[in-house]
Amino acid sequence: MKCGVVVSPGSNCDHDVYHVLKHVLGQEAQFLWHRDTSLHDCDLVVVPGGFSYGDYLRAGALAALSPMMAAVRRHAEAGGLVLGICNGFQILLEAGLLPGAMLRNRSMRFECRDLFLRVERDDLPFTCRYRVGQVLRMPIAHAEGNYVAPEEELDRLESAGEVVLRYVGPDGEIADEWNVNGSARAIAAVCNPAGNVLGMMPHPERCAEEILGNVDGLDLFASALDGIGQGLEVAR
Amino acid sequence: MSSKAASRRSPVGRPAEPTVDEELARAHGLSDEEYERLIAILGRTPSYTELGITSSLWSEHCSYKSSKVYLREFPTTGPYVLHGPGENAGVVDIGDGWVAAFKVESHNHPSYIEPYQGAATGVGGILRDVFTMGARPVACLDSLSFGELDAPRMKYLLDGVVRGIGDYGNCVGIPTLGGETRFHKSYNGNILVNAFALGLARRERILTAKASGSGNPVLYVGSRTGRDGIHGATMASESFGEDSEAKRPTVQVGDPFAEKMLLEACLEAARCDAVVALQDMGAAGLTSSAFEMAGRGGTGIRLDLDKVPLREPGLTPYEIMLSESQERMVVVVRKGRREEVERIFGRWDLEVVPIGEVTGTGRAVLSAGGEVVADMPILPLTEEAPVYERPVEVPEDLVARQSEPEVPVVEDPGEVLTRLLETPQLASKEWIWRQYDHSVRTNTVVGPGGDAAVLLVKGSDSALAISSEVNPSYCYLDPRTGGAQAVAEAVRNLACVGAEPVGLSDCLNFGNPENPQVAWQLRECIRGISTACRAFDLPVVSGNVSLYNETDGVSIHPTPTVVVVGTVPTIANLPRSRFTQPEQRIVLLGETGAQFGGSAYLRLLYDIEQGRPPKVDLEAEAHLAELLRILVFNGQVSTVHDLSEGGFAVALAEACFGGGIGARVQVPMTPTELFEESQARALVACDRSELADLMEAAEQLAVPALEIGTTGGAEVHIRTDGAQTQLDLRELEDRWSKALPRAMESGQNR
Repeated sequence: MKCGVVVSPGSNCDHDVYHVLKHVLGQEAQFLWHRDTSLHDCDLVVVPGGFSYGDYLRAGALAALSPMMAAVRRHAEAGGLVLGICNGFQILLEAGLLPGAMLRNRSMRFECRDLFLRVERDDLPFTCRYRVGQVLRMPIAHAEGNYVAPEEELDRLESAGEVVLRYVGPDGEIADEWNVNGSARAIAAVCNPAGNVLGMMPHPERCAEEILGNVDGLDLFASALDGIGQGLEVAR
Repeated sequence: MSSKAASRRSPVGRPAEPTVDEELARAHGLSDEEYERLIAILGRTPSYTELGITSSLWSEHCSYKSSKVYLREFPTTGPYVLHGPGENAGVVDIGDGWVAAFKVESHNHPSYIEPYQGAATGVGGILRDVFTMGARPVACLDSLSFGELDAPRMKYLLDGVVRGIGDYGNCVGIPTLGGETRFHKSYNGNILVNAFALGLARRERILTAKASGSGNPVLYVGSRTGRDGIHGATMASESFGEDSEAKRPTVQVGDPFAEKMLLEACLEAARCDAVVALQDMGAAGLTSSAFEMAGRGGTGIRLDLDKVPLREPGLTPYEIMLSESQERMVVVVRKGRREEVERIFGRWDLEVVPIGEVTGTGRAVLSAGGEVVADMPILPLTEEAPVYERPVEVPEDLVARQSEPEVPVVEDPGEVLTRLLETPQLASKEWIWRQYDHSVRTNTVVGPGGDAAVLLVKGSDSALAISSEVNPSYCYLDPRTGGAQAVAEAVRNLACVGAEPVGLSDCLNFGNPENPQVAWQLRECIRGISTACRAFDLPVVSGNVSLYNETDGVSIHPTPTVVVVGTVPTIANLPRSRFTQPEQRIVLLGETGAQFGGSAYLRLLYDIEQGRPPKVDLEAEAHLAELLRILVFNGQVSTVHDLSEGGFAVALAEACFGGGIGARVQVPMTPTELFEESQARALVACDRSELADLMEAAEQLAVPALEIGTTGGAEVHIRTDGAQTQLDLRELEDRWSKALPRAMESGQNR
């Protein structure tokens, strides 16, 4: 599978995502420069975390307008796989590829810690290796991950099944103390109606290697490979 | 004016510039002798710009004039050292063709005046020191010293410093993997912010900051020059008084996004051989970068200040040379290859402007408006900078200070332990490090909260371990012992993760060196560090000195922060600093005594800081470290945690935290001795099947080893000579982990 990792000025998880795709999963991977307009036939495009354009103005606001993001939008609209992680999720929100917006964390502070996530959908290209109800452990690292949307939009997301991951306690139940950024309905990840665009605040690329003590994020990338019919055996 | 000056084109004073005389020189912090020395070097009266330049170059911060004589005592070479002190960062070989470039540096004065920007730009500066060497920064640590949390402004300072460090490092994408945070009244009027960064490079790619090659163009890259930070280096060389607030405008403002662009562009540029040298404009801005680069290269430099990109019009040459605007670099490129380098920086949206060239004259010649505004010989100004052997004097109260303290007997060890764990000093620091991204770059094996941070080196089989240490109470009571103890504890922390130390960086924070008692502390601490380094065969490869840390005449405790970097041969069996499995045997390594001088028990609970600090037996430390490395390498231990502040009881509680696994132990100590701080001790936990081998290995290395109990259960159960205590683990951990956030939430005291 050809994978592309978008590099905006200020991206800082680009190397991490590239490493997982290329060295852990053995896929063809390349960086996609923000000023370019070609995706070089990539099947999967990852918009990684960081502080694109310094996150000045608003997290993700400037990156959403880059030439590369116009190409990513066309790819998404054509049904191609797009994964936004952390700042990448914020960019997808600003680009209008996913609904909702981000506020500052409830604590008004940057939060870097492992949290628990409950899988709400296992029939998507990015989650087919997980099971509904499965509890994953993944790190977050952000200051603006407090997901908001109008009530009716949240209701629509729920009924359409576009909520993909939620913050939960280790027992899989929603609890205020585990929803540390204060997201509406404990939402950690959402997808578009077609399911080919996923945005998530936690960092699956930071828990995809045994040597780092946690591989809960690896199946997210491996699922995407299955999702486009190029499944592979992933060592667990 | 002397004939020498007349033979050369004399710099012309600009109309608005003040007349240079002794009084103006004094206002610039130059003593009368220093001013005379400058006139002798120039052969004439300096211009205003030249006076400003010299006052910065000869400031304590840039010239190390009070510490140089002692710093020479450090061992600085070794088989793994590529570059020692003198470069922007020290560089050591870590195997497999990789080198690590690292340094710790202070940003104390700015952080006390303006905590957020002061701390942020401290991180920015140390990162630039690393990536100018061509190394990609992969880890940051911070050693922070605050006053008592209820002292005026202290919560505001802590909050600002932590936000500043976090916002800067998080944005640039460098994980902050650990460090230390202490609280002591000695810092009520002068906090310390010491920032450490480590970068990795392939051995052949390391760059140095030597401006060589006459005729090579000098480029200016990065943010524009403004009026911020003018005379920052001079400020950092003065004491605090009532007018500190007025110095706020001398604190620089950071832009981590610009830094990230600069980092990527510099690393890309470093990969092409068109670049001769990179130098950051740090303390004393363009002045020190121009003089340092040309000084190291043994060359000269010519700069046209009219070409320097300005943030606002109308900056004088004086201001341009002394501005400390952040995120700026000087790049020397090979003749004829300027465009290649300009393309790289342009790709990262950075402004690149040629501002001059390397010359063979040995002089710095600066022009503006068609006139020469400064024309100075470089080596005489840098190498012949004043060096002082300040008078030293043993503090008159040293005997009283070191007299044996009355140690209150512990009646209820459980209660004492609980109270200690709730002090900000010993409480969990997670509230702080949770605000730092510590997992970006996906190399973090052990992040903040352990004895030493451990990170992977992608493309290599080994890993790196880093630990930062100093105990200012020990240093106050006996600076030589305190200096040695800091090194010994850092080495011990590395051994806890199986690491062999390869290099040390130090940040020497002291009071006013013109006070002979402070000069004595400085000399003694350096001697202690040097002795320990020699014992461990550990070179000092980089560092920084921060003096004049005093407010209204009161100096801080001597605080020589040491950061030791080591290599971990295998992380396959990496133990943790907490218990990971129940039903394991717990063994106490090392000898317990009755060392209460400078102990957390006396200081935190009784406000007694008296006695001799714990004896540092470097041979015992070396044996313990060797034993721990063997046990870790062989995978014989699941838990290793060293004993430090708060003694045995605190170490045992810490080992129970984080994993929810309690312990039941019986130790041959009195309840009071649970809190004494004898050095060269560690706790380990292992499977029952490993016990015999472990005890034998300890015996072979002459490390006292005592099997004291078992892991497991929901309690911390300690039986001592004559008493036993039982604490509910969950409740104890709750108090320990919530103490700091609770204190911070109980209102800011700005």
